[in-house]
This record gives sequence, structure tokens and C-alpha cells, in this order.
Amino acid sequence: MSLRRLIGFNLLSAAVLGVAGYYLGWWLGHQINGPSIAYFGDTGQNDIALFLAYLVGVIGFLVGLGFANYPVQRMLGKPPSLREKEQAGWTRYFGLCTDHKVVGIQYLIGIGAFIFIGGLNAMLIRYELLTPNQHAWNANNYLTIVSLHGTMMMGMMTSGILGPFANYFVPIMIGARRMAFPRIEALTFWLLMAAGFILMTSLAFGGIPTGWTGYEPLANQANMGMDAYIAFFALVGLSMCLLGLNMLVTVITMRAPGMSWGRLPIFVWGVISTAVLMALAAPVLISTLLMVTLDRTAQTSFFNDQVGGSPYLYENLFWFFGHPEVYILALPGMGILLEILPVFARKPLWGYRLAVTGMLGIALLSFLVWQHHLFVSGINADVRPFYMLSTELISLPTGFIFICALGTLWRGRIRLEVPMLFALAWIFNFLIGGLSGVFLSDVPSDVTTHGSFFSMAHFHYTIMGGLLFAFFGGIYFWVPKMTGFKFNERLAKIHFWVMFIAFNSTFGPLLVIGFLGMPRRVVTYAGYLQGANVWVSVSAFVLGASMLVFVYNLVYSMVFARVPAGANPWGSKSIEFQLPSPVPVHNFDRIPTFGPDPYPYGEGVAVTRPVVAPARPER
Amino acid sequence: MWSSWSHARRLTVLTVVGTIVLLPIVIFVLGPNMPPGKNTNVGDQQVFDNTVLLVVMTPFTVFILAYLLYAVFTFRADPAEPERDGAPIRGHMPSQVAWLTTTTIAVLFLAIFGSAELLTSGAGGGQGPKPIAKPSGSVLPVQVIAQQWEFTYRYPTYGGVETAQLEIPVDTEIAFHVTSLDAIHSFWAYELGVKADANPGVDNIAYVKSKQTRDFQIRCAELCGLWHGYMYDTGKVVTHDEFTTWIAQQKQLYAGSLKYLPPYSTSYAPDPTFRAG
Repeated sequence: MSLRRLIGFNLLSAAVLGVAGYYLGWWLGHQINGPSIAYFGDTGQNDIALFLAYLVGVIGFLVGLGFANYPVQRMLGKPPSLREKEQAGWTRYFGLCTDHKVVGIQYLIGIGAFIFIGGLNAMLIRYELLTPNQHAWNANNYLTIVSLHGTMMMGMMTSGILGPFANYFVPIMIGARRMAFPRIEALTFWLLMAAGFILMTSLAFGGIPTGWTGYEPLANQANMGMDAYIAFFALVGLSMCLLGLNMLVTVITMRAPGMSWGRLPIFVWGVISTAVLMALAAPVLISTLLMVTLDRTAQTSFFNDQVGGSPYLYENLFWFFGHPEVYILALPGMGILLEILPVFARKPLWGYRLAVTGMLGIALLSFLVWQHHLFVSGINADVRPFYMLSTELISLPTGFIFICALGTLWRGRIRLEVPMLFALAWIFNFLIGGLSGVFLSDVPSDVTTHGSFFSMAHFHYTIMGGLLFAFFGGIYFWVPKMTGFKFNERLAKIHFWVMFIAFNSTFGPLLVIGFLGMPRRVVTYAGYLQGANVWVSVSAFVLGASMLVFVYNLVYSMVFARVPAGANPWGSKSIEFQLPSPVPVHNFDRIPTFGPDPYPYGEGVAVTRPVVAPARPER
Repeated sequence: MWSSWSHARRLTVLTVVGTIVLLPIVIFVLGPNMPPGKNTNVGDQQVFDNTVLLVVMTPFTVFILAYLLYAVFTFRADPAEPERDGAPIRGHMPSQVAWLTTTTIAVLFLAIFGSAELLTSGAGGGQGPKPIAKPSGSVLPVQVIAQQWEFTYRYPTYGGVETAQLEIPVDTEIAFHVTSLDAIHSFWAYELGVKADANPGVDNIAYVKSKQTRDFQIRCAELCGLWHGYMYDTGKVVTHDEFTTWIAQQKQLYAGSLKYLPPYSTSYAPDPTFRAG
């Protein structure tokens, strides 16, 4: 490593400038004074200082990474440095790099680390719930753990599939050499990392009492830990919005010759529908959080019913973002599912157009259902039938995805490789998730299930059973392509079976516990539920242990065993598997041309593979 | 190798047989045990509603699970054989149309059924200040005041007395007026089948009529801060006579404090409720 590398713009300088920015912002915030802020003097709280500290700190972090170099040098009329385009060496993974494949791997590791932290929080929650009375964490710490778990997962996993897999594979799948906006692509990743770090700093400021929903007026009462939540979600929203726009522009403008809309791999359609949601829903989140920030700092009263505001406003705005958000989590999983099934069923995707309609239909409908989170809140009781209808209508496009998945299996030659196991598990889990969702969409039934462990188990079935299983399916399917090394299959199968069984043994009983009347986010519960809760906790620990098997397999297979995977370990006919593993820096020597058939599987099908000239591998 | 038709026939048989076997279990074993129990009129309704949902779901669930298992076992490639591809089927319009029709009918039925159920009694859910589904006849109003972190109950027809316990008479239509003094809470009387969010400044009304005397759990179902997990209570459904005696006792007991309470109102503004002053 050269000296220039060490003192240039890298993670080290980013950390230094980030910390410096943090203290600069903190100091600046304390210079702001006035009668309406004098209140802070009494409690030792200064939310303005903390918000400015986060803001300036993030800016310092990004400048330290080198995000300002290009615009500044262009403004000064100098030729821009191309350091961010450096093409070799492991150090590019630790800084600003505009290669979409590097960003994909950065995302995978970065998001993986934060998911691991979120998962640890879940273990702590289940440890507390071993007994009906509080025994391990005090009430404040318990709520903070619950909030960190929810917020970390809901925030980080928004990019859980689009970050690693879409950034890596969408340009390749549409025959491009890069994303439309490579610097923005890198920015989305580093914003997310800064956000995750900021969320964890809430521990130093008294934690978060609100769960991931951050309902007002509770959020307004909360101490400064809440500011970390706000800064986290705003940065995640920004990252999401930019990621979505980048994906949309890339797919719209950078498709290779022959790659018409009807030939896009179904995963790309999953990405597009997700990206639409990201680009449209995230701004609502950011502006809502801006209002919360103003309520907390400048003493405005958007959400204060005593002086003209309304907590309903927050609930409406939050869920107007929040419901598309859960489909931001679910849709890419459906994309991965339908991408994996044809390869291992050795058949073309069944009902391509139906699947696309399903995904776009889900994306559209998800904006029309948000008030089902407010069925018992007392707002607009007379429009509940409409939201009941719109919510239940979502099961139609979701049904399209199911029938396409099942149709693809029809008379296939199914090979139960590990990615296929995860895809099949997705179908099972999402079925349970969808069916339990019907109870929540139906108002009379929702009266009992709302806010109970039932609704918690429901969304874990859809998000963990859907998204996370698809995420792992994607990992086993694509990581050999990304790194060039095979996973140990035996360990992978152990991981799958332990995870699948423990997952169902955790969340299946939770559906029943919810039916029996246990509310969410409580540190105490009725004594007669202890047996069931102990069962769930033990299953959850096994579920957590299965993740350790995965981490061990990942490190063992990718770092130590290093068995070459070859270009096409699964016999896939998709374009990314026609390139060498790992994919060379420029993807293609010449831009490929695509034939009419995105899924040329099946006996007697003339294989019209895309005409690919892979770039020379890097040395 | 069988034809598509024989696969389809076998799947249909599996689905139909599975559904026929499961439906009686769902209706007669699972259904009556669905939450929240048949203790009140809305509880009855929710149990019935949950049973109908289960019945509608059963054939779909059986079909998808049967299909999944059937596909994995029947269409699985023999690892010993050389790798071959499956049949190049890209879709099948009749099955797509059939699926779309079936699911649409099920969804529309559920939406209409749920709306009808909702509009008859409100199903025990909070309906806000202007309820659309009101019971006919007289109701006993009971105000539920949530605050961090307890519920208190006010009986406006009994001089506005505010009590720390909840007792309601049996066979009487109760109107819970749920409101909050600070954060958002949710009044959940599990065995009654009642849930209504408590919002500051909002009068959220839910109706229920209990069929029998019993105790019921009350829990806060919306995260409301530090001691949310401890915000629970036990309420009682009692006979009319017991209720009359009890409320008279309460009036006597709280007579001293009653004069310091604000007059009964649909919402209260304790001072200060917000942070910056």
C-alpha cells in the first residue's frame, strides 16, 4: 500500500473528517440560542446540536471518502481525478469506488453486518421474553433493543437485495458496463453505512422508545436518542430514493440492443417495481422526518394536538411511506424467486407477462392501502371498507406471483440445489405470511389481531420468510458468480434446513400467541403464555445459530477453501452466467445483443443465448 | 411420463380430498376456538368472521401446498440421469384465467362480507367520534382515559365519577369513549373483542355488549413509552345489581376527588402535555 493510498481519500480520512464534522456540528448547534430553545438548558438536551452534529459529520464523512473531489475539481476547471475508477487491488472495497460490481460486494458485506446486529437484537428480545416478568433488561433498554431491531431491519433491508444484487447484476443483465450514475450509486452505499452507524449512536443518548414506527407524540417526548432514529431514517430515505432513481434511469436508458422491455429478466422487473416505490415513497418519509425534526428542535407543532397539529397526521404520513416500504422489502424477493425457479426447474418462466403485471400491480396498489394500519385508530371509520377492499385486492397480484412460481415448477426437471431450496421455502413462508395477512386486512378480525404478536408474526413471515429467504437464495445463487468461489454445499444445506425449520418453529407459534392476546413490544406478558414463549425463544436461538453456520460457511468457502465455481455453476442461460467468474471490470468487450427469449430453457428449445464477448479478466 | 392431464387430475383430487377432509376440522374444531371467544356480541361476530376467513383460505392453502409437495416429488430430476430440460411451457391461458377468476371472487367476497360485518356493529373496533355502526336502543357510556401508563374510567351518567377499575354490567350495550392525555395508547379488552386507539384530543368510540359475567384482560396495544409493558388491568363484567352497588360505592369513595376533576368532556387537555413551554 502506497503512502498516497494511506493519506488520500479513503475510509481513514472519512472517519477522521466524520468525527471532526460531528464535533463541529455539535459546537455550532450550541451557538444557536433563543427563547424557544432556552428550554434545553433545563434538561441538558440540545437536539439542534445533535442534528447538526449528525449532519456535518455525515458531510465530513462523505468529503473524506472523496465525494467532493469530482464536483469541486470540475467547478475549478481542472481535470477530475479518476481515483474512484481505480480498477484493481483490494483497497478499492474500502472507499469510494464507482465500479458497480465493487459497490455490490460492499453492499453485501455492509448490509450483512448490520443485519447481523439487528439479528443479535432479536436474540436479546427473545432472551428477555423467556419469563413473563422483566428479568434481563430494564424497561428502557428493552424498548431500545426492540426499536433498534425493528429500525435496523426495516431501514437497512430496504436495500438488502437492490443494494448487493441489483447493483451488481442489473447492468450486466441489461447489457451495460455500468449504472447510469456510478457516483450516486457509491453514494447510496456510503450514506447507508453512515446511517447505520448513526442509529447505533442512539445508545449513547438514551435509546429510542418508539419502535420502528416512531409514532408521535411519543417521539416528541423522547430524549436525544430519538434524533439518531430520525437522522438514520432520513439518510436511509435519501439513499433509497437515489438508489431507486438510479435503477430506473439505468434500466430505461442503458439497455443493450435487442433488450426490449418484454425481454428483461424477471429480476429486473422486480427491481423496477421496487425502484418506483423507492423513488416515490422515500421522499414522503424524508419530509415527514423533517417535520418531526422541526417539532423537536424549532418547537413547531405539526403533530401536537394541543396547538393545532395532529398525531394522525404523522400516522398517515408514516404509513403512506410505510406500506410501500414493506413492498420495497417484498418485491425484490419475488424477483429473485422467479429468477431462480426457471434455472432449477429447467423450464422457461411460466406466465412472464402475468408476473410482470403482478409486480407492477403490487407496486401500484401498495400506495392505496396505508390506512389499514389505522383500522382501530378512530380516524375515518367510514372509509375502512375501501381500505379493506384495496388491501385484499393486493392478494390478486400476489396471487399472480404464486401462480407463476407454481407454473414454472409444472413438469419441470427440478434440481434441489441450495438456491432452489430457499426459493421453495419462500413459497411456503410467503403463503403463510399472505394468509395471516388476510386476517389483518379484514377489519372485524383485525380488531383482535391489530398490534398483537399475530401482526408481528405476520410481517416476519412476509419479510423474513420472504425477503431474507430470497436474500439467502440470492447469496447462494449469485455469490459464486461474484467471487468466483463455490459454497460448501453440505454446510449450505445444514444452514437451510436449520433456518427453515427454526424459522417456522419461531414464528408459527407466535401467530397463535398473538391470537391468544399478547401485544407487541411488551416486556411483560400473561403467565399462561410462558410455555409458548420459551418454545419460541429457544427456536429463535436456533434460528440465530443457523446464521452462524452461514457466516462460518461464507468465511470458510470464500477465504479458506476457495474452490473455483467456474463460469456457470448452475447451468443457467442468463447472461451473467455467460461471463467469467468474477465478472471482469468492464463486463463486456463489446456491448452484447440479446435474442428474443430471456428464458431459453426446455427440451427442444433453440438456445438463443445473448451474443457475449466478455471483457478480459483483470490481472 | 404422464401427460399434463393426468398430473392435473391427480392434483385436483388431492386438493378436493384435502379440502373436504380439512373443512369440517376448520369449521367445527378450529372455528369455535378462534379468538377472541364468544363472550360478547362483537366477540361472536369476530369468531364467525375468523371462521369464514379460514374456510375461504382452506382450498387455496390446500391447493398450493399440495401442488408444492406434488411438484417437488413428481417433477424432481433423477440425479442419476443425465441432465435434461423440462417441458418448454410458457403459460397456459385457461389456468391463468381460472386462477384470476377464483382469487377475484374470493377477494371480492371477503371484502363485501367484511364490510357487511363491520357495518352491522362496528365489530368492537374504535370508530372515532362519529360512529357509523351504532347499536339501536340505549347505551351506557364509559369513558376510558389512557395516560402514561394506566387506564382510568369515567362514568358520565353516574355523575362523572372516575374510577381506577373497570366494571361494566352484563347484557347492556356499552359505548367505550377512548381518549388519551398524552401519547397514543390502545385500549384492548381481549375477551370482549374490543380494541380502540386512545389518541390525545380524540373521542374514539367502540361498542360492545357482553353476554355473560366474567373477568377480562385489558392491555395497552400501542407502544406508549417506558412502562408500556406494564400497562395492563383486569376488568369485570358483572350483573346489573352488582354494578349498581359498585358504582354507588365508587361515587362515595371518589366523592372527595370528584370536585377537583375537570367536568366530563370527550377529551381533556392536562397542562402541560407538550415538552417546550
